[in-house]
Amino acid sequence: MNKRLLTVENLEAFIEEKKILQKVNLKIDENEIHVIMGPNGSGKSTFSKILAGHPSYKITGGNVLLGEKNLLSMEPDIRSHEGLFLAFQYPIEIPGVTNYDFLRLAYNQKQKYLEGTELDPLEFMELTQNFLKKLKMKEEFLTRNLNEGFSGGEKKRNEILQMLLLKPKLIILDEIDSGLDIDALKIICEEIINNKIQKSSLLIITHYPRILDYLKPNYVHIMIDGEIVKTGDNKLVEVIGKQGYEQFFIKI
Amino acid sequence: MDEKDKNIEIKQVINQPYKYGFQTQIEKEQFPCGINEEIVKLISSKKNEPDFLKNFRLKAYKLWKELKFPYWANLTIGKIDFQNITYYSIPKQKKKLNSLNEVDAEILKTFEKLGISLDEQKKLSNVAIDAVFDSVSIATTYKEKLAKSGVIFCSISEAIKFYPNLIKKFLGTVVSSGDNFFAALNSAVFTDGSFCYVPQNTICPLELSTYFRINDKNSGQFERTLIITEKNSKVNYLEGCTAPQFSENQLHAAVVELIAFENSSIKYSTVQNWFSGDKEGIGGIYNFVTKRGLCIGKNARISWTQVETGSSITWKYPSCILLGKSSSGEFYSIALTNNYQQADTGTKMIHLGQKTTSKILSKGISCGFSKNSYRGLVKIGSNAYGSKNFSQCDSFLIGSNSLAATYPYLDIWNSSARIEHEAKISKISEEQLFYLLQRGIKTEQAISLLINGFCKDVLTMLPLEFSTEADKLLSLKLEGIG
Repeated sequence: MNKRLLTVENLEAFIEEKKILQKVNLKIDENEIHVIMGPNGSGKSTFSKILAGHPSYKITGGNVLLGEKNLLSMEPDIRSHEGLFLAFQYPIEIPGVTNYDFLRLAYNQKQKYLEGTELDPLEFMELTQNFLKKLKMKEEFLTRNLNEGFSGGEKKRNEILQMLLLKPKLIILDEIDSGLDIDALKIICEEIINNKIQKSSLLIITHYPRILDYLKPNYVHIMIDGEIVKTGDNKLVEVIGKQGYEQFFIKI
Repeated sequence: MDEKDKNIEIKQVINQPYKYGFQTQIEKEQFPCGINEEIVKLISSKKNEPDFLKNFRLKAYKLWKELKFPYWANLTIGKIDFQNITYYSIPKQKKKLNSLNEVDAEILKTFEKLGISLDEQKKLSNVAIDAVFDSVSIATTYKEKLAKSGVIFCSISEAIKFYPNLIKKFLGTVVSSGDNFFAALNSAVFTDGSFCYVPQNTICPLELSTYFRINDKNSGQFERTLIITEKNSKVNYLEGCTAPQFSENQLHAAVVELIAFENSSIKYSTVQNWFSGDKEGIGGIYNFVTKRGLCIGKNARISWTQVETGSSITWKYPSCILLGKSSSGEFYSIALTNNYQQADTGTKMIHLGQKTTSKILSKGISCGFSKNSYRGLVKIGSNAYGSKNFSQCDSFLIGSNSLAATYPYLDIWNSSARIEHEAKISKISEEQLFYLLQRGIKTEQAISLLINGFCKDVLTMLPLEFSTEADKLLSLKLEGIG
């Protein structure tokens, strides 16, 4: 039996005076792949940032549970420790901080939270090398500054490296396909599927259906103007591929 | 978390209490407050100084009386009552010290508490330390080992006694006794400091270090440091400072002179953590320091690295006079100000010889209500053909009440010079913070990581022994957990 992983009930949010999410409902069980599709500006990426706890948004109604815990009352770093991972559309560059130092700090913080074993630099190097091999990344990747001067593909691969290290339960991929050519996209999708921990689930945010050739969703949700207006299975993707989002605008 | 909460959190992160604010209770011998010709003479005679030095002091005192307080900096300075300062305060000791075993246990404990072990067994194996407590040098470690290689490292009082010719030849040649208000005051009343002389063809086998501690409430510290490297020699020198926490402002006015002969190199690093005043800006050290190096020979090299985190006021411009052909000067600086701290710091690179080069890398971080200014001069003299300078001055603002300013001065008299200047100012971006938080890194660690990243180019310039300390110090100032 797969357990419930994420429960979003009637979630409503504002940025400044503007309503950006209204009555969003979503349930994700373990070991599922969900996709939220929608046109630009529909609130998909905002939804992912709100789940991760971005400080710019104000929650005005609804509940969100991660497992059985109240997600909205957790600080963003705690949400991360509790298993929520957001792969960013545009990973942020941090000058002067090496990728390696950053990764080890993130890893050890999670270990500390879970009362696990923190790793010293050598032990951590060993662990990371394994993942680097899997992702076909060079070791010099670690000594470069975090995302600084990385190509689009390298940035995305680095997000996946972090995912592998942190072993999240809920993986949110925000437009992971942007900036990737088709071959790179294929490799990354395969790595996600092959290496994510068992029972973890994916929430894919995208407005291009092509990523769904590699990550087959169980559920497809259409978001328009901050609201999930339609939920279906994989077939919905084809409909959108052919007809676009316009039909859903008419409904609301 | 809304903006207000975040600001509160950031404030908690950067407002760590000062850990070195204790005072050691100790019997001391001190002069009455105030300065006049008699006090200057008394200092000289108390230290049994030769006449040339007494005259040096008296001349400086006369110059000081004529000089004006430097109000030109971007600093708001309360009135300093120079008659309310003790110019001579030393721990009382019954007889002359011959070894560490005779140093007052309380003073040894003080240095232990500061993390500076003078104990023969425990001290760092590759660093020789001169420890200065108020007006006097307490102990210098590893003297014998250094002497074997011909390096002289001792307190300046001892140098005056045992190497008067070297002192007479070099003291005041880089920073003249009338150079500026505080240099003149220092020249008149300096009581101790460090002296280092590295002879020809010698690489100093140890890192040299002086640790300055102001303990007494009303005493000013006026230390004098002189470092000379002869032809083909090299030395690394480290300086650290702390002071107890008092509500009155205390004065620290040091002079440091470096002289590098042909093909020699001096690397001078400072981690300054004087008491910076409390959250309301009450108390703290007034730090008015003149540091200057002279590259006198061909290919001589002087490099200043400073991490300035303490003091209520910092007024300090470690400079290089590049006289020798192809000589080079470097200045690497991190200045972190918080609460009501004020820093006006930078450098002067004076290119006089041909093909001289200089590099300036300054990182200023301002938090709270603090003011943080970079002030730097690059001067290319008319004979300095083919000289080069590169300057980069970056500022980082935390919160919305702090101030960062950059005052670069260029004074170019030779058209073959190449000068580059870069400056940028940044704030902690919400997106950077969010990215790190999403990866499970707490706000205070995230800020610390971002600041460390911002300062990295300078931190890597510090010698290993110091970079850990500086790292810790920056984290202490920035992190929630000690």
